[in-house]
Amino acid sequence: MDLFIQLTLTGLTNGAILALAALGFVLIYKSSDILNFAQGEFLLIGAYVTYAMIAQFGMAWPLGLLLTLVVSIVLGVVVERLVLRPLIGEPIISVIMVTIGLSSLLRAIVSTIWGNQPRAFPPFIPSEPVNVLGATVGADRLWAIVVAIVMLGLFNFFFKRSKEGIAMRAVADDQQAALSMGISVKRIFAWAWSIAAMSAAVGGALLANIVGVGPELSGFGLRVFPVVILGGLDSIPGAVIGGVIIGLLEAYTGGYIGQGLNQVVPFIVLIVILMVRPYGLFGQEIIERV
Amino acid sequence: MQSGIFHSTYQADMALRRTHAEKIRIALFLVFMLAFPLFANRYYLTLANQVGIATIGAIGLNILVGYTGQISLGQGGFMAVGAYTAGLLTARMGMPWYASTLAACLVTAAVGAVFGIPSLRLKGLYLAIATLAAQEIIIWVVTHWDAVTGGVNALVVPNPTLFGMQMNTDFRFYWIIWGVAGVAALTTVNLFRTHYGRAFIAIRDQDIAAEVMGVNLFRYKLLAFAVSSFWVGMAGSLTAHYRSIVTWERFTVDVSVLYLAMIIIGGLGSVSGSFFGAAFMTLLPAVLTNLGRALKSSFPFVDAIIPFVQQAVFGLVIILFLVFEPEGLRKIWKDTKDYFRLWPFSY
Repeated sequence: MDLFIQLTLTGLTNGAILALAALGFVLIYKSSDILNFAQGEFLLIGAYVTYAMIAQFGMAWPLGLLLTLVVSIVLGVVVERLVLRPLIGEPIISVIMVTIGLSSLLRAIVSTIWGNQPRAFPPFIPSEPVNVLGATVGADRLWAIVVAIVMLGLFNFFFKRSKEGIAMRAVADDQQAALSMGISVKRIFAWAWSIAAMSAAVGGALLANIVGVGPELSGFGLRVFPVVILGGLDSIPGAVIGGVIIGLLEAYTGGYIGQGLNQVVPFIVLIVILMVRPYGLFGQEIIERV
Repeated sequence: MQSGIFHSTYQADMALRRTHAEKIRIALFLVFMLAFPLFANRYYLTLANQVGIATIGAIGLNILVGYTGQISLGQGGFMAVGAYTAGLLTARMGMPWYASTLAACLVTAAVGAVFGIPSLRLKGLYLAIATLAAQEIIIWVVTHWDAVTGGVNALVVPNPTLFGMQMNTDFRFYWIIWGVAGVAALTTVNLFRTHYGRAFIAIRDQDIAAEVMGVNLFRYKLLAFAVSSFWVGMAGSLTAHYRSIVTWERFTVDVSVLYLAMIIIGGLGSVSGSFFGAAFMTLLPAVLTNLGRALKSSFPFVDAIIPFVQQAVFGLVIILFLVFEPEGLRKIWKDTKDYFRLWPFSY
């Protein structure tokens, strides 16, 4: 039973961070139909910039985190403007490939600045073990879940209430109609990319707090795919629920079965979902059958 | 004075080699490839062999992605299937290398067709994700099926022999690799002059229209996966025999990305493009390494960042090509030819 609670909490933490990364992914797909293979690198950059701000420049963590978010927004806008905008209207494979190229470039930049050695992260969230229903977990993991829930709540509020959020949903729904209502689609794309970078950065900072910073953090980018396919590529609640399900699934298979099976189970789920229900749990059912 | 290439008969239009200039270029290229190993040193031979294997793999991937329009991120996994099948058959069961290579190609074709089944329901982004999952699953099986593949340990493959000769030098292997590459290029060019190839292209251009025209999508999509995987498996199995050692690290998702980059930079839907791309992406890191070594004496810090620079250049080259020349090196080559053909009145 202790093991079960332990695994559940680990799974929920990973799921929360996965959900944050997946959220940005879904957002980009929803507004511009682009599959962002560089999402893991956004997370990586978020982790390293937070590390630089707090550990290398010695800032207080709220300020450091705030500056990281600013850097992420700038990164998102620059990427959208320089890399993605020239490719509007190009075939899918070009768009996929350009984000893959981008991921390679971003990873190289991070490695050039910070090297390839994993480093310990000065924890800004307390990590002393806490007793929950008989199982012990680091407090940082619980905080990660809390922060993720708060972030997701904020995003939800943004989409439901703010002008930009509503405009973004309009663009996702129908670009032509949005254009004719006076919404700048280009600006919305920039918004989508910067929010994606931002949510990934928060995920990165949380993850770095738990496991430290290292180049392998970008591996989260690939793990996002099962999450978004399970939840539905264009569904924000789907990203959250998918993240939690995949996080728990990884934790349970890792804990009960082991043998590295937790690395492959999400991908098997992915294939099954694609064969049975390609639009995922909550995605829109516009699948063209041939 | 020419203003372009125009044919006045259908026969000329359908011909394999269309112009005199093309025939001369191919002849010159053949002479170069035949003379090259006699003069090149070992380093250049190694590079040439790597380019050859990459060309075979890129042609295979291009059949699927460039000609049939099915995006695949599973190249690395399929190469692993080819390499491990060939390696195991030769190392454990003592099969001669040519037999194990052929077996590996057929096994890879079968595996490719199986993982191609999702393509019947999915396309575009969804298919890319499905093949990515195939890649991860295959590599997981390879690293965890200890009893057969040896898990994460390297698999040692004995040197191949041909006509009683040990194929243990780059010079000898050069002939095998480029012989196979020549066969791959020729069969692929010819494949797209048959009704099978035309069906593949029809599927790429508009699958629903193709089905209305009587192309059986189920059959032809799986066939495209199988034919493509056949050559990918060939590239994998040649890697196994050439390196004499098979490790899973050589077939990760990075390899899938590398091959996709090759065919995009070279030119989608073109055999010559596959060759251009394979040569470009194989030689680029080598050039950068040499450049780094040359600069090391004057700028010692260069040595440490070479791998990062290689990675950055890899990403940058992909981005720049897609933004500025999405049709790749083949288009640049064509533009160059056109410039001289139409000179001095090019437009």
